[in-house]
Parts: sequence; C-alpha cells; structure tokens
Amino acid sequence: MNVLDIIKPENQVFCKTKLMTDTTLSYCPGCGHGTAHNLTMEVIDEMGIVADTIGVAPVGCSVLAYDFMNIDITQAAHGRAPAVATAIARCWPDKYVFTYQGDGDLAAIGTAETIHTCNRGENIVIIFVNNGIYGMTGGQMAPTTLEGMQSSTSPYGRDSKTMGMPIKMTELVANLPGVYYATRQSVHTHKHARKAKKAIRKAFENTRLKQGVSFIEIVSNCNSGWKMTPLEANEWMEEHMFAYFPLGDIKVNGKLK
Amino acid sequence: MSELKLMKGNEALAEAAIRAGVDAYFGYPITPQSEVIEYLMTERPEERTGMVVLQAESEIAAINMVYGAASTGKMVMTSSSSPGISLKLEGISYLAGAELPAVIVNVVRGGPGLGTIQPSQADYFQSVKGGGHGDYKLYVLAPASVQEMADFIEDAFDIAFKYRAPVLILSDGLIGQMMEKVVLKDQKERMTDEELIEKYDSWAATGKTNRKRNIITSLDLESEKMEKRVHRLMAKYERMEKEDMRYEKIACDDAEYLIVAYGSSARISQKAIELARAKGIKVGLLRPITLFPYPKQPLFELADQVKGILSVELNAGQMVEDVKLAVEHKVPVEHFGRTGGIIHTPEEVLEALEQKIINNERIGHYKTRESSIL
Repeated sequence: MNVLDIIKPENQVFCKTKLMTDTTLSYCPGCGHGTAHNLTMEVIDEMGIVADTIGVAPVGCSVLAYDFMNIDITQAAHGRAPAVATAIARCWPDKYVFTYQGDGDLAAIGTAETIHTCNRGENIVIIFVNNGIYGMTGGQMAPTTLEGMQSSTSPYGRDSKTMGMPIKMTELVANLPGVYYATRQSVHTHKHARKAKKAIRKAFENTRLKQGVSFIEIVSNCNSGWKMTPLEANEWMEEHMFAYFPLGDIKVNGKLK
Repeated sequence: MSELKLMKGNEALAEAAIRAGVDAYFGYPITPQSEVIEYLMTERPEERTGMVVLQAESEIAAINMVYGAASTGKMVMTSSSSPGISLKLEGISYLAGAELPAVIVNVVRGGPGLGTIQPSQADYFQSVKGGGHGDYKLYVLAPASVQEMADFIEDAFDIAFKYRAPVLILSDGLIGQMMEKVVLKDQKERMTDEELIEKYDSWAATGKTNRKRNIITSLDLESEKMEKRVHRLMAKYERMEKEDMRYEKIACDDAEYLIVAYGSSARISQKAIELARAKGIKVGLLRPITLFPYPKQPLFELADQVKGILSVELNAGQMVEDVKLAVEHKVPVEHFGRTGGIIHTPEEVLEALEQKIINNERIGHYKTRESSIL
C-alpha cells in the first residue's frame, strides 16, 4: 500500500482545528495556551455556533488570541474582559460570549470585574489560564505565584508574610450564586486536554441554556517564566501547582461539590 | 410626539437618550450626575425601547462595558463626573484607539482630587488635550442649557458613528442640576439586530458569518502599522475640524470687546453682556459649542475687530490658552473664573472685563507695538 492511498478523509484521525487561523502561534514551545485555544475553537466549531460567538481577548500572553482564533473577537483593556463581555452578553442575549484571560488579568488587575461579573451571573464563559506568573511582561510575580516560587519581582521566592498567599479564584467565585459551573482543568496531557474540552463544551452548553457564568480554570505552565524545559515545567506543575490548585469540578449545575 | 417639559439637565439627557434609540447605558453613581442613571432605572427603558441599563461596579467597569457594546456596533453611552471620568480615561483611550463609536458625558465638578461636588469647568484640559494616554482627541460638545443636554445626545451619536470615534458631552454641575423647559423629540426606533449586522458588517464583532473575522483592537505591535493607525486617527480629527466645528456668536457685530465662554459660563456671560451694553460698553460673546474642534478661525477673525478678549471659565484658567493660540497675540487675552464650586455672577464677569480688559494699559501698547513691528 502506498502512503498516498492512506491519506484519505476517512482515515484522518487528526487535523488542524478548523477555527484556528494559519498564523504561527506566538507562544513559547511547550506552553499550554495553544492547546487551550484549540480546544475552545473545536468546541465552537463542533457546536456550530461560530456565527453567534463573540470572544474577548485579554492583555497578557494571549493578547494576540485574535490572530489565532478565526472568530469575531474584541480585545479588552487589562483585566476588563468580564466587563466587556457583560455588555456584549446584555446587548446580544442570544449570542455566545466568552473571555479568555490569564492570571494577572483575571486575578490581579481585573479582580473587581471578575467578582462582579460572576456575582451578576452574566451569561458568559470565562476561560482562565493560570500559569502562576506574568508571562508576557517577562516573568513577574502573579497573584497565583506559589509560595516560595521565584519570579523577577520575587527573586528570593514569594514570601507569604509580605506578598500574601496565591489566590484561588475558582474556589472564590464558585461561592457566588451567579456562577453555575466552576471547574479546574489542565491541558498538558492528551487525557487532561480531553477532559478540559468536555468542560469547555459544558460551559458553552450552559450559555445556550442561559445559566449564568461558567468559569473554567486551566492550570498551565510557563516554561520560559519558570526557567525550565517544557518537560520539567509540566512535571513541576503536576507536583507543585496541582498540589495547591487541585484539578476537578468545584461547582456543577449551580451546586458546590 | 415631541413634548415640552420642565426638567433637570441630567434628566433631560437621560430622557433624550431613551428617545434617541440608544441601545445601552452603563454607569456608576457619582454626584452631581447620579440623576442620569436614577432616571433611566426609574423609566424602565428595557420596557419602553429595549434599551439595556446597567449599574456597573465602578466607572472603570462601566467604560469597559461601553467598549464591549460599542465593539458590536451598538449605540452605547455612559455618564459620570470628574473623578469618575479620570477613572474612565484608560477606557476612553482604548475606544479612540480601537476606533469605536461611543458617547461619554461628564457633568463636571470641582477638583483636583475629590474636590467638591459643586459645578466647575476644570476638566477642560482633560477633555480637549487628550486626558488618557496616546495620540488621540475627543470630539467635545459643550451644552449651555437643559435643551442642549437633550439635543446633544443625538448630535453626539451622529458624530460618533460618522467617525467611529468616542464623543464627549462636557457639561457641568450647574447645567446638570438646574431645571429649565425642554422640548423633547419624538421616540426613535432602535435599530434591530439584523439591521445593525447589515450596516456595520465591515467592522463590528457580532459573530463571524461568511465574511472575514472582525477584530476590535487598539494594538499594533508593528511600528509601521501603529503609525498608520495614528495617522488614520489624525485624519479623522482634521476632518472634524473642517466639517463639524460648531460655535455661536452673540452680539459680536459691533463688539469692541469679546468674551469667550462655553457651557454655564456662556449663560452667565450672556447676562454680563447685557449689563455691559446697558452701560454703553459694546461686548460680544463667542460661545464654542465644540471645544474640539475649537473655533480657532472665528476667534482669529474677531481678534481683528475687538480690542481685547476675556476668557470666562469656571476654573483657574484653562481654555484661555486655546484662545491665546487662536488669536496669535493680536490682542490681549485675559482669564476670569471662580473655582472651588463658586459660580461667578454676571456682575463679577463685567467687573473682570472692565478691570482686566477695558482698563488694560496693554491694549494701546499692543496696537502700537504691532505697528512698530510692521
């Protein structure tokens, strides 16, 4: 059998995500953003809702998400994506609106918008990629940086006495009645990515049913910021990040687990 | 039906917004403009027209909600007062950079800092000299009556969508709080979502159909592209100067002296002019209706006719700089204004005119100096 005989649509087991553009990703090799983008776009494609979907990109590593996601998208000021999404969802109640934000964006500068958008129960999906560091600005301490973890602004390690403990946003917002679904996922292995995709799908289904906020945290890595190889970063993430930010559902169908 | 009502400026503005078919309002309470959101909430505009009204958690959230709705082509507005506008400036800069239509209302109070809740015009610099970061300008309308508070809503949205740019209505605590009669226009139909998608399909982020995706952003990491964006903005502002500059001349035909004033100061100055004319002093008033674009040419021309100009403002001297720039030192230009929330009386304005302009020794000096230079 010739190779060309095998290359047929019916034999295809993997292909580029339809709603991703051909633009080369600006993310570092090994970074989880690309997978998180893919999964989100796959869900929108599979649900057939692209004409009714409006994305909101943040400031941070994924500021250029609109270069990679082949959907209508608006890029918000730092931390304000939930406010931007609120208005879009209110003005277009039948559309699917999602924000895609990092930890600096969502858990530091945009905390007020995050909390109040969740409290109002806006009918949106929030995808929160938590890699415990400010990636784009070059490895500064994030609100989710682990205790003792070094960064360019905590060069001797995060000291909880003066810098506080890393903030658990998903647990925090899960306690708000406006949040219908809160889960923590990761995308570093195929198995985890498949689970994360299911969660994203559930979130967009919740939007369809107008259930309020679906909040998906994706614990991810930042090998550049963490100064590790991609493999080391994933191992470190499993050992340390997951210990503090345990994976799994926190609130499902409006009920805390 | 259009109707005649006695209303507060803030309420007239809110009612006019509903009648203009505005799609959404996002705001945060602050004195002296809280009546805007209070009126809107009371009127149930979601039932009257389907207009969305939401009290945000902060001015920052409110302006970013405006950014969100504007990204999708909706007619959207917010209002606040000075400290709140300071908080909104980042978002306003983003609106300008991302080329989004929106209307922002500032019912100005005295500053700096928490300042006072009394009326002021101390946000002139902030309004016309940028305010937020980067190379941008706002089209700035300055209402001088409750009627104009109502009328300028539609004017502001016309400009916002003509240029795809944020427009500022720069009012003040006096115009916002005082009651006057106002003629309200008929209810306009809001655009349907289908109409909107058809009309703004070339840019608005309403969901990607068979066209290329619409991206709303103010970011260009490539310098050449970013410079192009800045040039595109500058071209808009040039066009605004050519096509949409507005002003009013009152009693200028025979004027020997000129007062320049906008908003509430213009109303007070109008009375001062009457007092002056009763004393035989021929004074005219030039009222800029747009503070950007500024009526530079009319001022430049009037400077050939009058002996001196007084810029009357409820601040420590801000617009006076633009008056000076416009008249290019042809005649003396002085400033008069009270601050701290004190509103000058027409008598005080007349007194200032007499002291600073009419009895100004430099007036003669100017004329001779100019001829000696020639």
